[in-house]
Parts: sequence; C-alpha cells; structure tokens
Amino acid sequence: MPAFLNPELGLIFWQLVIFLLVLFLLGKFAWRPILLSLKEREDTIDNALRMADQAKIEMQQLKAGNEKLLADARHERDRMMQEATVMANQHRDAEKARATEEANRIISQAREAIQQEKNAALAEVKNTAAKLSVDIAERILRRELAEPAAQTQLVDSYLKDVNLN
Amino acid sequence: MKRLLSILLCFVSLSAFANEPANEASKGEGFNPGEMILEHIGDSHEWHLATLGEGEHATHVSVPLPIIAYQPTKGLSMFSGGQLAHGHSHNGLKLEEDKLVAEDGSKVYDFSITKNTASLLFSAVLMLLVFTAVARGYKKNRGRAPSGLQSFFEPVIIFIRDEIAKKNIGPKYERYMPYLLTAFFFIWFNNLLGLMPGAANLSGNIAVTLVLAVMTLVITLASSNKYYWAHIFATPGVPKPLLPIMIVVEFLGIFTKPFSLMIRLFANITAGHIVVLSFISLVFIFKSWAVAPVTLAFGLFINILELLVAILQAFIFTLLTAMYIGGAVEEHHDADMQIGYNEDETAPHAAH
Repeated sequence: MPAFLNPELGLIFWQLVIFLLVLFLLGKFAWRPILLSLKEREDTIDNALRMADQAKIEMQQLKAGNEKLLADARHERDRMMQEATVMANQHRDAEKARATEEANRIISQAREAIQQEKNAALAEVKNTAAKLSVDIAERILRRELAEPAAQTQLVDSYLKDVNLN
Repeated sequence: MKRLLSILLCFVSLSAFANEPANEASKGEGFNPGEMILEHIGDSHEWHLATLGEGEHATHVSVPLPIIAYQPTKGLSMFSGGQLAHGHSHNGLKLEEDKLVAEDGSKVYDFSITKNTASLLFSAVLMLLVFTAVARGYKKNRGRAPSGLQSFFEPVIIFIRDEIAKKNIGPKYERYMPYLLTAFFFIWFNNLLGLMPGAANLSGNIAVTLVLAVMTLVITLASSNKYYWAHIFATPGVPKPLLPIMIVVEFLGIFTKPFSLMIRLFANITAGHIVVLSFISLVFIFKSWAVAPVTLAFGLFINILELLVAILQAFIFTLLTAMYIGGAVEEHHDADMQIGYNEDETAPHAAH
C-alpha cells in the first residue's frame, strides 16, 4: 500500500486537536455572532416590510376616512343651504302676508274715514241747502206780500246769488 | 494564473531534480515522475521549497520543521528537524525515507509538526483571522448592509444555512451550523491552499479526511433518535424474512457513509494534484520546451478545474454531512422517502 493511503497517527492527532480548537473558537467568536446578526438583520427587514405594509393600509384607511369626512361635510353644507333657503322663503312669505294685511288694514281705514268725511260733507250740504231754502222761502214770502211781479224777479235774483258753490 | 503556473513549474522542476537520490546517479539525469508526484502529494518532515543546482552539488532550500516524538521507553522528545537532515541521527532517532524511526528499532509515536501539520496550523490561523474579521464586520455594520470581507462570505454562509442545513436537517439545524460552517470553510480553504505552489496537500491527505469523516459519524450517532435506529434495525416496509439481510446492510451503511466522505475528498483532491503534476512532468519526460504549450494549456485547464473542485468538494462534504445528520434527527412524520424538511410545512409533498 502506498504511503499516501496510510493515515499517519501524528497528523490524525493534530488534525483532531486543531480542528476541534478551530471549531470551538470559530463557533464562539465567529459563527455565533455572525448567525445572530444575520438573523437579527433578517428579522429587522421582515419587521420593516410588515410595518410598511401596515402603514400603507393605515394610510388607505385614513384617506378613506378623510374622504368620508369630506363627503359628510359637503352633505351637511348642502342640507344647511337647503334649510336656510326654506327658512328664508318662509320668512319672506310671512313678511309679505303681514305687509299685505297691514296695507289692507290701512286701506280699509282710509276708506272708512273717507266715507265718514263724505257723510259729514253731505250732511252739511243738506243743512246748508235746507237753511238756504228756508232763507229764500222766508224772503219770498216776505216780498209776495208786496208785489207779485217783483216777487218773481227777486226769486230769480236770489237764485242767481245762490250759486251752488 | 499563467504566471502562477510557471512559478509552480519552476518549483516542480527544481524539486524534481532534488528528488533524485544520490545512489541513483548511475541512471544519469533520469527523471522519475511517479516518485516526484508521490513526494508532492505526501507528507514530509521538512518544507521543501526549492533545489538550486543539480546532482550531488544541489543546494536544498527547505524549512526544517519541529520533530515531536513519543517513545514508550524514553518519553517525549522535541527538537528541530534540521538535526535529522542528511541522514543524521539525534536522540536515538533518525529519518528513514522520511519516516521517523528509532535507531534501536523500538516503537516511536511520531507527533512531529510535518509539512501538513504546519499547513494545518497556518490554515487554522488564517480561518480564525478571516472569520473573526467577518464577525467584526457584523458588529460594525450592525443592522446595515455588509461590506468588504463580510459581504464576500455572507452569501456563502447564508447558502450553507438555508440550502444545506435548513433543507436537510430541519428545524434543529441551528445546533449543527458551527460544525457545517467550519467543515465547509476548512475544506475549501485547504483545497485552495493546496493549489498554491509549494504548498502541502492537506485536504488530500487521508488522515485529515479520516478525522473529518469520523467527526461527521460521531455527530450523526450522537444526535440520532429512536426513529433512526428503528429504521436500521426494523426497516419499515421490508418483509420479515428479508430483515436479517437488511439489518446487516443498514448497519454497514452507518459506516460506509462517512467512509465514502473520507475517500471522496481524499481521492478528488489527490487526483487533481496528480493530474496537474503529471502534465507538468511531461516537460521533463520529453526534455523539450516544445511540449510546454500543451502542458501549460492542460495544466492551466486542470488547475482552473481544481479551483471549481475545491469549492465543489467542500460543498459535497457539507451537504452529505447535513443529510446524514438530517437522517439521524428526522422525526417520524417525515415519510421514509423524504430526507429533509420543508420550511413550508403545509406544502403538498408532491411538490418535492
């Protein structure tokens, strides 16, 4: 058997000792920190990705909320505008009705006053006419006693005087 | 790459001549590629870098390595390998064809820092430096994008975690991550280091792959649950008369699996080195620069292929280890045909 097929005791011993030493030292000072750091970094990246996804969902929710709020506000504004219009219309109508009523009241009062004035005036005209008539009649009666011709003349003259105005 | 290869060529050429033992001088300038290749893929008590000059006047440039030996009679002895150079003996020990033996023929346990052990120490230090630097990067860039060395290794680490460990072991994968990562990078680094000129063939050494495979076996057995053993000693769906055969087959399977891990890594890396060295040897066999274009082209091709094989073998070893562990920790509800675990438990099994 060639020498290179024959494992040497010395090399077996050294290989075992040195390999185990390297295994121990690397395990303690290299592989452990490296594997832990790798795991930590992977976890960090995982978490960051998850958080980004969550933030995206939250953003979407927030956006949807905002839109809803905006729509609500718009709706509220429309409602208020409508209400205001209705109220304004009502107010205007009421005011108009009141004004009309007032006007009618004033008109009727005026009408009444006119009627009263007219009645008073007519009464006065009647009185005056009666007085005149009586006056004229008295004068006529007085003249008739003297001369008939002159009587007629006198009536005429009186009648001329009584210019109804 | 070409430059690297030509440097490699230089080294190989120099050491090839150095390889000629003095007593074979009668064969003249004869070049023995088999011997050269075996020397290169094998272990040594010195780190040979270059040989200047030829024949008996050659100057060997090599780094002596420490010799550590245990003799039951004398106890532990430790001295520089330079003391044993040129067949000298020290402390009753000498090198016979690069094998440490006692002069009195008694038993010697050789724990020397050989070329492979030195390379092993170097790669261990390199791995510690590289991966503590990567870990520092994670501390510095906490929660931020990776940078520098960290960003180079991060995809590999994540690949091992997600594609190898999670898929094959299941929810209990975390406990096995240190072993899988260490094994993967140990094999990969040493495969690449082995491709450097003048480097040791560490991951293509059977002692190294043996230890790695045994560790996989030990981890598999230590984490095995009752379903694993039930599967071996009472394989579900097998008729009773066949059980004795199945038990033997399944029981052997416990050991053949890590054995295949050992052989696969050893054979792939060693074979790669042998092929590269063989192409380079052609220059010295034909003794002509005319074959250089061919050897360079093929050597370059194989060397680049070896770069791929370096990571591929690391991946295969780690993947199979994860699969064996996965088979041992698998809970009963995973059907027999389905080794593995789907993160998406609700997915229909047909999707596999």
